[in-house]
Amino acid sequence: MAPHRAAPHEGAPQGDHDAPRDGASQAARALRERVARGDVSAEQVVSEALERIDAHAELGAFLHVARGAAQDQARAVDAKRRAGEPLGALAGVPVAVKDSLVTRDAPTTAGSRILTRTGELQSAWRPPYDAHVVERLRASDAILIGKTNLDELAMGSSSEHSAFFPVKNPWDLTRSPGGSSGGSAASVSAALTPLSLGSDTGGSIRQPAAFCGVVGLKPSYGRVSRYGLVAFASSLDVVGPFARDVRDAALLFDVIAGHDPRDQTSARAPSAPTAEALERLTLQDLEGLRVGLPREHYEAELHPEVRAALNRLQAALTEAGATVVETRLPSTRYAVASYYVIATAEASSNLSRFDGVRFGLRAEPSGGDLHALYAETRGRGFGAEVKRRILLGTYALSAGYYDAYYRRAQAARRAITAELEAALEQVDVLLTPTAPEPAFRLGERTRDPLAMYLTDLLTLPASLAGLPAISLPCGFTGASQEHLALPIGCQLIGRRLREPELLRAARLVELLLDLPGEPAPALGGRPAQQGEALTTQPTT
Amino acid sequence: MNAPGEYEAVIGLEVHAQLLTETKLFCGCATSFGAEPNTRVCPVCLGLPGALPALNQRAVELAVRACLALGGEVQLSSVFARKQYFYADLPKGYQLSQHDRPLSLGGGIDFSVDGAPRRAPLTRIHLEEDAGKSVHGAQGQSLVDLNRAGTPLIEIVTEPALGSSVEAAAALRELRSILLTLEVNDGRMAEGSLRCDANVSVRPVGSTELGTRSELKNLNSMRFVQRAIDVEIARQVQVLRAGGRVVQETRAFDPETGTTRSLRGKEESHDYRYFADPDLPPLVLTAAGLAAAREALPALPSEVRARWQREHGLSRQASETLSAHPALIGFFEAALAAAPSVAVKLANFILTEVLRGAAEQGLSMSFRVTPAQVADLVLAVEARQVSGKQAKEIFQVLEADEAGQSVAQVIAARGLRLVADDGALSALVAEVLAAHPSQVAAYRKGNHAVLGYLVGQLMRRSSGQADPRRASELLKAALESETGS
Ligand SMILES: [Zn+2]
Repeated sequence: MAPHRAAPHEGAPQGDHDAPRDGASQAARALRERVARGDVSAEQVVSEALERIDAHAELGAFLHVARGAAQDQARAVDAKRRAGEPLGALAGVPVAVKDSLVTRDAPTTAGSRILTRTGELQSAWRPPYDAHVVERLRASDAILIGKTNLDELAMGSSSEHSAFFPVKNPWDLTRSPGGSSGGSAASVSAALTPLSLGSDTGGSIRQPAAFCGVVGLKPSYGRVSRYGLVAFASSLDVVGPFARDVRDAALLFDVIAGHDPRDQTSARAPSAPTAEALERLTLQDLEGLRVGLPREHYEAELHPEVRAALNRLQAALTEAGATVVETRLPSTRYAVASYYVIATAEASSNLSRFDGVRFGLRAEPSGGDLHALYAETRGRGFGAEVKRRILLGTYALSAGYYDAYYRRAQAARRAITAELEAALEQVDVLLTPTAPEPAFRLGERTRDPLAMYLTDLLTLPASLAGLPAISLPCGFTGASQEHLALPIGCQLIGRRLREPELLRAARLVELLLDLPGEPAPALGGRPAQQGEALTTQPTT
Repeated sequence: MNAPGEYEAVIGLEVHAQLLTETKLFCGCATSFGAEPNTRVCPVCLGLPGALPALNQRAVELAVRACLALGGEVQLSSVFARKQYFYADLPKGYQLSQHDRPLSLGGGIDFSVDGAPRRAPLTRIHLEEDAGKSVHGAQGQSLVDLNRAGTPLIEIVTEPALGSSVEAAAALRELRSILLTLEVNDGRMAEGSLRCDANVSVRPVGSTELGTRSELKNLNSMRFVQRAIDVEIARQVQVLRAGGRVVQETRAFDPETGTTRSLRGKEESHDYRYFADPDLPPLVLTAAGLAAAREALPALPSEVRARWQREHGLSRQASETLSAHPALIGFFEAALAAAPSVAVKLANFILTEVLRGAAEQGLSMSFRVTPAQVADLVLAVEARQVSGKQAKEIFQVLEADEAGQSVAQVIAARGLRLVADDGALSALVAEVLAAHPSQVAAYRKGNHAVLGYLVGQLMRRSSGQADPRRASELLKAALESETGS
């Protein structure tokens, strides 16, 4: 069995406090068992996680740490255990939650000043209700340990557009963790928490998972309720888990998935449990797995080491008995244009409610009228990237432009969806790189929005089609004077609402790769060697 | 009915009717009126970040009922769109409203003006949510109450096909009574649960092109609808006669001054940037569900009226008044069931007596007597147990009575009865003839009109208990028998 990612490393140079202990280092499922058995108290687990979060504040992963509330929750879990009451699936497991998910009476900003009273983080909005997934976490006895940093209102691919401070990549602090769920990815990557929740609109879970060397699942659209997720693009937004391995991702997915009548786009079919079936898998189960390689995804401009990692994975899959075939998705070339029209159009509308009247920031110019209130509040409350997208989306929906932009974007979306679904009739999963390159440097892309948008190319088709997709580590770049070793992610795309199959394939790839579970080097781990990922050949 | 002179008016109505649901269109908040401001709200109708709409199926049922009753073609798939504009009482920055794929297409309101049948064809009926209320106070302060935000509405849009304010008001009155009968809307215009805008244009008689229209807002009573349209037609005709042009604009009717004034012009109209709401899948209905809903429709006022006229001989006017409100239909039908032989007299008694003391409160109407009491009373008159005048007295007693006495009990208790016995009446006849010799003489000279006066005098002497018919016969006999002597 593969060691857990970010397992404690004996050579950690920064002292004991840095060596992850119970609260963070272990797989969530093992941690839950230890708490359930009473080997460790939830309170102890939470204290250690809080210690570690504090020790790595420089990552900028958290906007709010729920110290008191987390300790209270932990004590409640411990009391439950002592009383012999049944414990939930995530009993005592600290989970970090993206700050675009609302939490009752607890700070929620979505990374924007517009959700603060004064523009400062300390005056964050405290919603009167919990998001559906937060309710599910509470019901599973998970510990909500804090809210993670993100690109403002989930708009961005680098987590640098947070209104407060950027998130740093635990593998290289000069680099971006990806985005928009960068804080959630960094929290799991740096072993601050075993699990976290993010949201994915065009790649906002998968790309940061790839950049940070963790597993990130974007479930099918409608599989997880969006109720309580601050909306970016309603027809694309999906809530999903980050974990250090596929089985933990499945564990958290099982907790949050299922129908919710408050979200009418939520799928009615019950969600089949996924986690348990993964325990029994062996490499022999790779035999007969049909893997499709969409040619268009590989024709993109890929970083050579990303291409090499994917090539090695394809070869290993073939060797292990899987069938690897090329597939065609010609409409992929419309994905970026289609996505940015649809997502910005919906966003421009979804953000209208941020008007200074009922919650959050209110900038009231003296003697001004209602429109001055709107202009001043939104002018001060929103950052540049959000404003850019509101403008793009408003334009796309305006009279006279709707047909040329929005309607055509919807047509392209339907074509992309049809092609993906047809391809998935021939194969079980599609395999692509998650991102064209490893984590880029902070500041490298912020000046060129279009270049930033293009980094989403590989994740957009599954978003547009509403298909489940998962990113998992598939290797590392070599370390050099230029940079430390950086993780590389691969993406598997599955059939709609068939997460059990997708997670099964992901677990098989994980077994095949058998990556060493190292903590991120920037936090004291050993730099991985080039090509190391596949030095371990599949054994039978 | 046409506009003065060589112009004719073309009028279309847009009616917003609040649906009588317990809860709002997209959340579980109560729709009750008169609650403290901002107490019937939740994350959804407050438009808080993260909240999502969930469609109220009851609202769909009521809307479908209205569409079917109005003959609309209910669409098996309809779509909620976002109508986007900023206003303080619009929490999400958009209103959810069906735009290019409404719930129902076509249909019409059949009504009559002075007995002549008319039809207002419908363009469409769609579902939408109401906004909150803004209250503008002193010092430029504005207060917002979101209790109403998210209340379910249907918008019923007629074709521009009505020719006068009278037709417009009659169509609206008929629509109101249909919605009341369906228990879809409470018909209260003053409270705003039924609201009417009118699109008014004029054109030269004989022209088939529509003139430029103005949209009249704030017509919150039947009377205002009619007045405002008349005023606006006159204004437009005056503009055209003076060589001017009517501009497309929204105008408000001011009942104080009896004039309309411009609210905003076309150039200030919004680009609402409509698009299908991605939070709500299309509203899908089944043919079987629609068939069941059609089956369950109650009889409409027009059907009830036709039956009353056909089977019971009621006049058009009586049947129109009695069918204006479902509670009144119910009252008359119940009385009719108890006394079918005297239908027309029942109708007249209800129209003249019962309606005077009835109070309408939305869907319910309070009557101070029961249909059974009215039936008994009219039957008593018919059986000549009491006179019509006595019946009115008895009715007043019943109206004021808390104990719920029967008609028979009141007659007995007050000793009311009709004196029809010839012996007693003959004595009264003799008295009257003796007391009014000049009228007697006049009659005998051929002025037979004085008979009525003499009957009245006899009734007074009998304290109203004499049977007027028999009394009249006896008086006439006496006057004529003595002529020759
Ligand atoms: Zn509500």
